[in-house]
Formats: sequence, structure tokens, C-alpha cells
Amino acid sequence: MNLNEIAHKLGLEVRAGGSALTTEVRGGYASDLLSDVIAHGQEGDLWVTLQAHENTVPVAILKKLAGIVLVNGREPEAETLQKARAEDIPVLVSALPAFELIGRLYALGVPGIRT
Amino acid sequence: MSPPAVVRTARERGLDLIAVCDHNSAENVGAATRAARDTGLAVIGGMEICTREEVHVLGIFDDGLALSSAQQAVYQNLSGENNPEVFGEQLVMNERGEVVGHNSRLLIGATGLSLKEVVGTIHSLGGLAIAAHVDRPRFSVISQLGFVPPGLELDGAEVCSDVATTVSVVDTAQAGRLRLPEGLAVVRSSDAHRPEEIGSRCTRLLVEEPTACEVGKALRRIEGRRILV
Repeated sequence: MNLNEIAHKLGLEVRAGGSALTTEVRGGYASDLLSDVIAHGQEGDLWVTLQAHENTVPVAILKKLAGIVLVNGREPEAETLQKARAEDIPVLVSALPAFELIGRLYALGVPGIRT
Repeated sequence: MSPPAVVRTARERGLDLIAVCDHNSAENVGAATRAARDTGLAVIGGMEICTREEVHVLGIFDDGLALSSAQQAVYQNLSGENNPEVFGEQLVMNERGEVVGHNSRLLIGATGLSLKEVVGTIHSLGGLAIAAHVDRPRFSVISQLGFVPPGLELDGAEVCSDVATTVSVVDTAQAGRLRLPEGLAVVRSSDAHRPEEIGSRCTRLLVEEPTACEVGKALRRIEGRRILV
């Protein structure tokens, strides 16, 4: 499933990287600690986080993540948006809290552990 | 951690200079400074400020008014009330170690200020901004944000273990491992939360006098001041 379909089904709003929404989402990872995402994120993961800091964008690039979703209605910081637009990294926002959003992603078939 | 006990322990462990940096508060700095009077120990006042990203940053100041302003900025951006049963009593003491007040704010919390804003606030008030315990897996710029955001004007980074302390600045070999920018000054300190931890780590500085201003010069390696290994 690609990011565009997921965004549509779960009502995610796109804040940056709209042209990269055809990226295939292969799994999901949730963490607010960037060091943890650097250690455990996998290529193609959709990253669910509260972390709105600009460093999320280089981490997403480094780990070749499918995109970043900010939860609980949190908006990306201005620098984050600027970087994400320059690098074409999808940044989306959801009004849902992380637990609920992750549950819905899982129900759509986005796995946390890939077999 | 009463002010006289902190001062006594620091002297027993051979320290000449300490920075008193409670979490999001500077209300015990005055007592520590007065307790250290005529003991040969110098005290710099500061705070360990918790940013919105839950990164701990040490802000240290020579000027008491600047420190008060920094504290004001922190308090204005800190919400919640402490629950002493959960987080313990937050005591304000005098120089004799007598309790003169309780801080009711939720000091354990994060401020609403971003890392960039905290560093900017510290600098605008003439203080030094040092990334706290960057070698710890919790509440450090590295644990929270993966690496130091480009352009962030830190004066230095604090390490609390023996790793990475063979040099006074981050060298090429360490830069990758610690994810710190090359050339950033490194100080080693105890991050003491209990009296027995005071002085467990320290940094030797070549400075004219024990002030934040001089420490800043040592961190920048100017005017002959430097960190000694």
C-alpha cells in the first residue's frame, strides 16, 4: 500500500513531500527518540511520532523511511517543513493519538514486524 | 543534597569550582553560593533546562540577574504542579541547609521552549549553553534528536562517563561514535544527583578565575585558556 492510499483512508493531512506519496509503505515504526529510530527504523517504514523537530527529516532520509506522521494534531516546526519540502520527504499530520493511529495502520495491513 | 553538604563534599573531593544546576530551577543557587563563602570553593549558578524535545541543556551564568531572567523564562514555559508523593519534595534551602520553602512547580517536566530557543535564551542573557550528559541514553540531545542540529550554537557538551574524554574536543574518531560535531568542546562532570556522586567526574580547566566567562574562554580555547586533559 502506498502513502497516498493510507493518507486517504486515515484522513492524514499532507504538509510536505506530496510528490513522494506514491512511495510504498512496507512497515511502521513508532518512536519519539530519534536515536532509537536511527537504531531500529527500517527502509520503507512509516514513522509515527510526536517529534516535530527538524532533525526528523535527516533521520528519515538516512533510514530511507516512507514518511513521517505527526500525531495528536501536532504540527511540524517551520524548519522541519522547509527541510522536508527541499528533500521531498513526506510529512503528514493526524489528529489521532499515536495508539489509535497505529491501530488503524495495523488494521490496514501495515506491519510492525516484517516476516 | 543540602547546600552545606554539597560544598563540604566538593571540597573534600578536591574540586575548586562547581556549577549548581537543578532541573528547571535556580532557587538553591543563592544558598549554595553563600554556603561556599570563604571555603575556597567557587559556585557558578545555573539550571539544567529541559527543552520541548526533552533535551537537557545546562545554562550557566556569572550574573545573578541573568540567571533570574533565565529562570523566569523557564517558569513561564513550564506547566503543572508537583506531586511530592510521586516525585519527591522540591525543597528550597538556605546556606545552613534549613528548609525555607517548597517549590510547587512540576520541575521534572519539559518546558515549552525548543532546544534552539533555550540555547538562544541562555546566550541572550550572557550565559553558556552546554548540552548535558550527551553520553547518556536519556534526555540528551543525542538520545532525543539523534545528533546535534546543524547551526545550533552550543558552547560545549558534557559527558558523564569515562568514554570520549581522552581529548577536550570531539575529534574525527569520536564524531561518528558520539554523533557530535567535530571540534565541539567536551567537559566531563559528575551530573551528581546525590552527595556521593559529587566529584566522581571532573574537568581540569586552565583559567584565570573560576567563572562562567572564563570557562567559556577555555571551551573556545582563546586567550590561553583551555581544557586540560
